[in-house]
Amino acid sequence: MTAKVELRDISLRYFTTESDTEALRSVSLNVGAGEFIAIVGQSGCGKSTLLSLVAGILKPTGGAVLVDGRPVTGPMRACGYMLQQDYLFEWRTVLENVLIGPEIQGLDMKAARERGVQLLRRYGLGEFIDYYPHQLSGGMRQRAALARTLCTEPDILLLDEPFSALDFQTRLALADEVSEILRRENKTVILVTHDISEAVSMADRVIVMSRRPGRIKAEHLITFAGAGGTRPKPFKARHEPEFGRYFDTIWGELEIHVGH
Amino acid sequence: MSVIDRDATAEPALPADDGRSEAYRAFLRAVRVRRWMIWVSQALLLVLFLVLWEIAPRAHWVNPMLTSYPSAIVSAFDRLVLSAGNEGNIFHHTWVTLVEAVVGFVVSMILGLAVAVALWWSTFLYKVIDPFLVVANALPKIALVPIFYIWLGDTTSIYAMAIAIAVFITILMIFNGFQEIDPNKVKLVRTFGATRAQILAKVVLPGSVPTMIAAMKINVGLALVGVIVGEFQSSKAGLGYLIVYGSQIYKMDLVMTSVSILAVMSTVMYLAIAAFERRIQRRRQ
Ligand SMILES: Nc1ncnc2c1ncn2[C@@H]1O[C@H](COP(=O)(O)OP(=O)(O)OP(=O)(O)O)[C@@H](O)[C@H]1O
Ligand SMILES: [Mg+2]
Repeated sequence: MTAKVELRDISLRYFTTESDTEALRSVSLNVGAGEFIAIVGQSGCGKSTLLSLVAGILKPTGGAVLVDGRPVTGPMRACGYMLQQDYLFEWRTVLENVLIGPEIQGLDMKAARERGVQLLRRYGLGEFIDYYPHQLSGGMRQRAALARTLCTEPDILLLDEPFSALDFQTRLALADEVSEILRRENKTVILVTHDISEAVSMADRVIVMSRRPGRIKAEHLITFAGAGGTRPKPFKARHEPEFGRYFDTIWGELEIHVGH
Repeated sequence: MSVIDRDATAEPALPADDGRSEAYRAFLRAVRVRRWMIWVSQALLLVLFLVLWEIAPRAHWVNPMLTSYPSAIVSAFDRLVLSAGNEGNIFHHTWVTLVEAVVGFVVSMILGLAVAVALWWSTFLYKVIDPFLVVANALPKIALVPIFYIWLGDTTSIYAMAIAIAVFITILMIFNGFQEIDPNKVKLVRTFGATRAQILAKVVLPGSVPTMIAAMKINVGLALVGVIVGEFQSSKAGLGYLIVYGSQIYKMDLVMTSVSILAVMSTVMYLAIAAFERRIQRRRQ
């Protein structure tokens, strides 16, 4: 399998007048086309930084990022980035929010509008396309943000803790929906999360990162024997016998100490 | 003024009574009565003020030479409308002041916005300009009146004064608004590959509309202050001119008439902006 996304010995330092922060140190990673990987690590270990590098909005201090074998020089249409919160613009309707990507990229707006409406319908927001964001619930807003990300038709999805602002039940339900949608459309996904259960239940492979400076500490292929070869939905995966084992191993690797 | 305004925006049109519970209807009635009471009290206060103003000089509690009284203002107004005295026509004076204030306001808004955009575009420029801007804003602009008069003559100096008073605070307010835009919203459009011009057009400007309206509300008052101060120094027409002229010949009715018209003018301009604001807010709901 050729790599869809390839990180070659990446390092990144943030410079400010007060400090020189080494956020990532020699990170190498291949993500295959259609693969769903999750990255877990403690706060501040450089997960968001890593996504920003793949998205092309940050340049690495060392190493190279390749998408489809070509070096990344700036933001690309192939990448869709979903941030930690929805950041829907309050002055735009739901549909107008979804269309911001095509507008910026200068795509055919008629086709984009059709796509946007269709995406919103599919995610249960068909009646809300002309509403303003403040009239939606948290889960609906996050679905609108997903539609916005997908409206430019990216092959690669970068998800930065997309469910962290939601309550637990909505979170579980949305995780099921989103992984279903992304798997069906055969997207390549990099999901960043604090939540080990979320990572294990959704991803094909979980990458564990060390504390700052972020390095890859371990990788785990996630397979569930019981489901007969097919990948169970995230909610079901949480009840598979392997789930607890993966969880415990990754928990141990994260060195989470309470009351340090 | 602001009280009326806040009331109007905080309590949108009440829903009709039908199909509501008795308790809810009672609540709506109470709200309505309260709103009505506020209006009546405001009207009464105004009437009380006018009556006192009429009686006090007539009863010689105060010197009528100093305060004039409402009925004298009405007759002064009549005389001015007919251009019977040698002060000229009141509509002409009002028009002159209004045009100066509106031009001063519009130019300050456009100039302020343009400079704020330039400062946002180039952080370097902002760093260079910042201390000068702060000093210019803190400087009492009224001190510039004689200078402007000498440099620019009697009409242009009035516009210059209106702009000088209003523009610096506009720049600072709007630029501040730009800086308060959530950087994550900028990051979001950057992930789609937005250029700097697109960031400005899609995020920074639309996100700063509330700040711009706040700046407009302050600007209207300031532009009017600038115009009146400018007219005090130099003009041959306008309400500021009438006020100075009236006070020099001790015709307080003339002075009070001009001040009353000014009060009406600033109220109308403020209300126009408040209406504009409501239109924009309605679009966002
Ligand atoms: N713009 C910046 N300037 C300086 N330092 C930064 C900047 N952005 C991030 N950092 C630092 O780099 C490190 C990695 O940040 P990053 O946001 O990638 O962490 P993260 O793993 O996403 O954390 P979290 O889980 O809390 O979101 C942190 O220590 C942070 O303080
Ligand atoms: Mg992060």
